[in-house]
Amino acid sequence: MTSAGSGLSLLQTCALSLLVFTGASQFALVGALAAGGSPFTAAAGAFFLGVRNAFYGLRLSQLLALPRAVRPLAAQGVIDETTAVALAQPTRRSARIGFTVTGLTLYVLWNLTTLLGAVGARAIGDTDAWGLDAAGPAVFLALLAPMLKTTTERAVAGAAVVLGLGLLPVLPAGVPVLVAALAAPAVLWAEGRRRGAGPVARAADDVPHGQGEDR
Amino acid sequence: MNVWIAIGVTAVGCYVVKLTGLLVPAGFLEKPLVRRLAALLPVALLAALTAQQTFADGRSPVLDARAAGLAAAAVALLLRAPFLLVVAAAVVVTAGVRAMAG
Repeated sequence: MTSAGSGLSLLQTCALSLLVFTGASQFALVGALAAGGSPFTAAAGAFFLGVRNAFYGLRLSQLLALPRAVRPLAAQGVIDETTAVALAQPTRRSARIGFTVTGLTLYVLWNLTTLLGAVGARAIGDTDAWGLDAAGPAVFLALLAPMLKTTTERAVAGAAVVLGLGLLPVLPAGVPVLVAALAAPAVLWAEGRRRGAGPVARAADDVPHGQGEDR
Repeated sequence: MNVWIAIGVTAVGCYVVKLTGLLVPAGFLEKPLVRRLAALLPVALLAALTAQQTFADGRSPVLDARAAGLAAAAVALLLRAPFLLVVAAAVVVTAGVRAMAG
């Protein structure tokens, strides 16, 4: 729906959901394109948001022990929700079932709602008049909120907001958000220094529970 | 055409990342620092994107109805409202403020 409001065609909107299938990246890409970013800077932002899926895959490959031949197919289903469901299962069998059912259900629903949203937005016409341009940031905020568990996350978020907004007028469209991503290593580095020479003490949570990406 | 390029690059990139996790030997990405960074990257990106899409129009900073919408979303989040309600709150309040402002 938001994507149809920012100049993507119906086909492009649906292709995005079918091919990318990881919500935050899709919203980020659409937002960056709407702001006039180049296709590559826009894709870079979306890509970095998708990087966390690699870590989900890592956990899942041990848990599900999938045959190699199935992995390329299963890969598309490696997202926040399927990981959360699979990790919550007591046995490998139920984890496999949970992963498959969640993945397929979400894939169908996500793409159906994308189609309905795109068609609906077309029918509405001016999506801004209906406040739909606020849907994108609200989605981001809803994804972000559960991640802000400690001062480290809050410091990263704060620095990223300052960088993302402050650099907007001076850098080409799409680039400020990539620079803002540097807030993550910067805060980690500062944190490591404060703790002395030791390695970053607090290892990341296993699959971050709060990272549920609703779709 | 640009849009298709962006979609293509993103689709390939996001798929490769997903597949990498499944194929890479365990332990390769399991270093605490790497995992910590992977957990913090989305925090930085989402925060920057939220701010930009709320308080900017293209490349210039603005304060408009979207700010009220985002505030409504924040309140909904604090009240532990479900995801769709959070988004709906932002949309409705933004539209309402716009309608009132004429």
